[in-house]
Amino acid sequence: MATNNKELRSLVLGVDVGGTFTDLVQLDQNSCAVRLAKVASTLDNQAFGVLEAIDKVECELANVAMVIHGTTTTTNAVLERKLSKTALITTAGFRDSLELGRRTRPQPYGMTGHFEPIIPRDLRFEISERMDAFGRTVTPIDEDAVTAVGQKLLSIGVESVVVHFLHSYVNPEHELRAAALLEKFWPNPYITVGHRLLLESREFERGVTAAVNASVQPLLERYLKKLSAELQGRGYLGELLIMNGNGGTVSANRVVGEAVKTVMSGPASGVIAAAYTGRFAKRPNLITYDMGGTSTDVALIYDCQPSISNEIEIEYAMPIHVPMVDVRTIGAGGGSIARVNQAGLLEVGPESAGANPGPICYGLGGELPTITDANALLGRLDVEQFHRGQENISLERIREIFQLKIGDPLGVDAETAASAVLRMANTLMAGAIRMVSISLGADPRDFSLFAFGGAGPLHASALATELGIPEVLVPARPGITNALGCVVADLRHDFVRTINKPLDTIETEVLEQMLLKQAFDGNTLIDQEPIDINEIKIEHSLDMQFIGQTHMLTVPMDSASMTCKEILKAFEKIYFNRFRIHLPEVRVKIVNVRTIVTGCRPEIDLTGLIDFSGRAHSLAAAQVGSRAVCFYGAKNELNWREVPIYNREKLPLEFELNGPAILEQMDTTVLIEPQNDVSSDRYGNIFIKVGVSNET
Amino acid sequence: MKLDAITLSVIQAGLKQVCDEMDLSFSRAAFSPVIAEANDRSDGIYAADNGSLIAQGAGGLPVFVGTMQYSTSELIRLIGEGKVCAPEPGDIYIVNDPYLGGTHLMDVRFVRPYYRQNKLWCWLSNTGHWPDTGGAVPGGFSASATEVEQEGLRLPPVKLFKKGELDQEIYSIICSNIRVADQRVGDVKAQAAALEVGADRLDQLLERYGDRTVDLAIKELHVRAATQMRQLISEMPEGSWQSVAFVDSDGVVDEPLRISLKVTKDFDKLVFDFSGSSPPCRGPMNSVLATTMSSVYLAIRHIFPEVPICAGAFEPLEIIRPENTFLDARYPRPVSGCAAEVSQRIAEAVFAAIVQPLPNRVTAAPAGTSGNFALGGFDADQGRDFVMYQLSGGGYGGSAEGDGLSNGCSTIGISKAPPVEIMEQTFPVLYHHYRLREGSAGPGFARGGFGLDYKLELRNGEARASFVMDHGRFGPQGALGGGDGAVNKVMILRGEERYVPQHLSKEQDISMAPGDMVWVRTPGGGGYGNPFKRPLQAVFKDVSLGRVSIEQARKFYGVIIEVTGEGKLSLDEIASEQERKS
Repeated sequence: MATNNKELRSLVLGVDVGGTFTDLVQLDQNSCAVRLAKVASTLDNQAFGVLEAIDKVECELANVAMVIHGTTTTTNAVLERKLSKTALITTAGFRDSLELGRRTRPQPYGMTGHFEPIIPRDLRFEISERMDAFGRTVTPIDEDAVTAVGQKLLSIGVESVVVHFLHSYVNPEHELRAAALLEKFWPNPYITVGHRLLLESREFERGVTAAVNASVQPLLERYLKKLSAELQGRGYLGELLIMNGNGGTVSANRVVGEAVKTVMSGPASGVIAAAYTGRFAKRPNLITYDMGGTSTDVALIYDCQPSISNEIEIEYAMPIHVPMVDVRTIGAGGGSIARVNQAGLLEVGPESAGANPGPICYGLGGELPTITDANALLGRLDVEQFHRGQENISLERIREIFQLKIGDPLGVDAETAASAVLRMANTLMAGAIRMVSISLGADPRDFSLFAFGGAGPLHASALATELGIPEVLVPARPGITNALGCVVADLRHDFVRTINKPLDTIETEVLEQMLLKQAFDGNTLIDQEPIDINEIKIEHSLDMQFIGQTHMLTVPMDSASMTCKEILKAFEKIYFNRFRIHLPEVRVKIVNVRTIVTGCRPEIDLTGLIDFSGRAHSLAAAQVGSRAVCFYGAKNELNWREVPIYNREKLPLEFELNGPAILEQMDTTVLIEPQNDVSSDRYGNIFIKVGVSNET
Repeated sequence: MKLDAITLSVIQAGLKQVCDEMDLSFSRAAFSPVIAEANDRSDGIYAADNGSLIAQGAGGLPVFVGTMQYSTSELIRLIGEGKVCAPEPGDIYIVNDPYLGGTHLMDVRFVRPYYRQNKLWCWLSNTGHWPDTGGAVPGGFSASATEVEQEGLRLPPVKLFKKGELDQEIYSIICSNIRVADQRVGDVKAQAAALEVGADRLDQLLERYGDRTVDLAIKELHVRAATQMRQLISEMPEGSWQSVAFVDSDGVVDEPLRISLKVTKDFDKLVFDFSGSSPPCRGPMNSVLATTMSSVYLAIRHIFPEVPICAGAFEPLEIIRPENTFLDARYPRPVSGCAAEVSQRIAEAVFAAIVQPLPNRVTAAPAGTSGNFALGGFDADQGRDFVMYQLSGGGYGGSAEGDGLSNGCSTIGISKAPPVEIMEQTFPVLYHHYRLREGSAGPGFARGGFGLDYKLELRNGEARASFVMDHGRFGPQGALGGGDGAVNKVMILRGEERYVPQHLSKEQDISMAPGDMVWVRTPGGGGYGNPFKRPLQAVFKDVSLGRVSIEQARKFYGVIIEVTGEGKLSLDEIASEQERKS
């Protein structure tokens, strides 16, 4: 029965809209019961998929307290350039900043490339005004010109506008004045003011961030309005919360003003779920590994905290400089194509068969060997599972293609060719993961590999071996990790302020005031949200460097009142750990002052994710069959073994088994290599202890 | 034992990974912004016996693609001749001598012997561009030096680290001869630490696959890279192709320097003959042999990026030593312009020759200058001396893929330009504009990219401006019927006075007072294919975006665009077709 009483609204829904599927997790906060749904995404209007998923769990919306939503609306809009008509008003002489970029090219080699600025040149307007780098007015703002340009923009159908002036991060007066003038007649709230999103120097990055924000704002608002109306029409009385790229949530009516922060919303929620799962599983250090059809997302979690970056580039020359979970994308996925090059060597990727035609085994007309096909040919995947098209695809057909395209040029049979493709793919992915972890200052051997996404659990054991990672964690529900992230995410606000001063000139009191102000602002924002909060957590940190450097390291602070001497000691220690370099000769400076304010929501018991019913009493009883799977040894010699297949949902809650084995569940296959030992915990996670390398 | 292709592929990826991790470590820890931001550095692995290139990081500065194998082989030679002390574990040699397989003096190489079971197994080496190595001009880019001694401190190979310890005596000699020496210790430590990272990773690779297997793989990969390059060459049509490219002047004598190139396909080999190029010059636009060869390699790699960087890939490229030309400079010829400018003209000549047989692989000429503008002086507001560099990009050439990129980086670089806001924070300058250089693209079916147009004012104190740029006399050349990109322009504005350097793109120590301005317009890229075949709508779009003028549309593209009563543009298709026919 529907009720207006907030106390009785015990359900929380997490909904993630991905490129292929829309996933939903429904959690009952009282009983911890969980229901799941997975439906096809409806990319033209994501709301349909969301509603279909809600229908599927037969959820009474009147009983729902919160819907937390991860969306790709803004990401897709940017990548496909389906944007609102947006104009730029900027400092005279600088309208081309967005087009000139930072003078680069997309690839180190090859003198070609293409770049389309996010706002076209005929919608970029200059007005007379100028601040210098110290915030002093060089040229006063021409107010009449602002009004005249604004009127003109409306007359040509511009919906959203960016005000972006040089040096506004040090003195925002002109930007604020221009915004105030525009607000007098601008018919909607879509006025993005550069310094409000990002209080940092670098006109290109700040300008692009603002331009992306303005270009997606109207789209996001329209989408959320539509979704809210649909939800309310079905009796929903609670809050609609949106996942931000920083891994926190924010209410739908507030998110539009900072729409750019929802770019990377989906990948961020997956990492949040991983961190949460890791905390309960006592695995505080994780490398997340989400392998999909065309690409693989990797992120680092240290001490249960996802690594955050404010320098994400979502495509060539498209930097978005707001704090976001640092998810790095590697251009290799199940659809990556293998080929033999002119030197007679095997290459895998970066070209991908994509979703259509996709791998051969999809049966949609794909004729090129991919990683997924290699898995199918070696018995690691059930080819039936992947079949989508009309055309009937037999293993024989895949074998023929591997023989022709890879086997013959290398002088080996089709299965050897397929195993080589997997080895090569794992080598490349492992290398890319190493680069990610090392660039973040971490040694992969100190982490567990958290595998999710369609293909993650299939490759994870081999990858971990390659990386020297001792253990793989496969969560109870690897296929709905992003949606789970929505359910467990906290409220979060990130603040960054550039000060750029030598440490020995810093007055500790001033620094402390700055930090406390940021903390206060965060508190205020969280107080305004009608969401239950257990506690508010404040974390301060400093981005620091030796004077003369351009790269920075982030130094966490124990408190806002650390002395300069303590700060120096902390920095030197972190620097040495990262680079093995002591530099007592050089002075140190603080570049950015950061505060993260987190409103922690009540803890959610993850045991609800596993279904207790229908569990078998022994391993043997959970076995549903077996099939021949091919493993490969040091010299690429093939070793076919009959491998038991278990239904993961039927496995006893606590079990141990030795590889090889296959665990199948709703949308994922977990492959356990020979030499690997598996155990489980009460949350339904499984841990694969990776054996010694089978390649030595 | 013969290795299978699969093990080879995996070891190849492993060796590249070792180098990539050295590159990353070096950039992140470096002080010099040229290294940290502009990635003006490179790391690689070189053969123990002859220094030939085994693997190099993908993110290294392209101009270093072939050079370190020459400096390493020179080091091996000198050790063999007893002129340099023999290596011991933990040693690191430092060298920047251009005539010993180098580039310009600012590119400082570290070379570290790598041992397995007490036996030298290979060399690890890296190059980093130091912000200063002494000499007449801060930063080292002299426009008018006439001998190398004026360009800075020249170091023969000496051990800067002995058994892991920094040699304070050699280090203090270096520091006494360079500017901003106090920050160099950070770069020295970063450069050495990167080689340490390389050694660690190589240990792991060897332990995993076995020394003998990796050794065999390296030899086999060398052969395979050569095979791959030969295969690509043998697919080219038969023939020989000529091209020329010009450096504006050497900075001292105001005459263009000619690069004359003939590329001949000899079955599965390409022969590069530079005879007919200008003789050695007085000013600093000479190139040492290693840089000349490296420039050819980097141009080829731009054309065939799929071939891995190793010595085998260069084997089928025969470069006839261009003796008695400015492309084979000997001591004491000044060379500070070789790595940044002459190298790019050599690459341009290679592009212009090979675009003829491979029109789908090669672009028209890119801007091809590093656009080096240095301003040094006294900042009265902050009460301190300063040295500022502005490197700038230009348009890339059009190609079969489409129009050239605007404001791309130099052919030999991969660096980012500093933001205007950062420049104004750090130096006493105010930019009046920083914009796309309208009308600069070379016309073509696929037009070139646009150059950059910036103007800045000195706000206080006093300063001297120096320029080492190029393409001031001739624009980047078009290809297959496309037109040239606009030439580089430099101007100093002092009140009403407009001063243009005599050498157009090069001059040293132009004095500036507060209020004086520097105005630079960088080249556009060359056009590709007949501009009269360019779709009318594409030309109309460029005009309506203000990138190409109405006059240029008519003159270069035969496209007639009218301005209507309301100030709107309208394309006259019929008149345009007529214009194109006549």
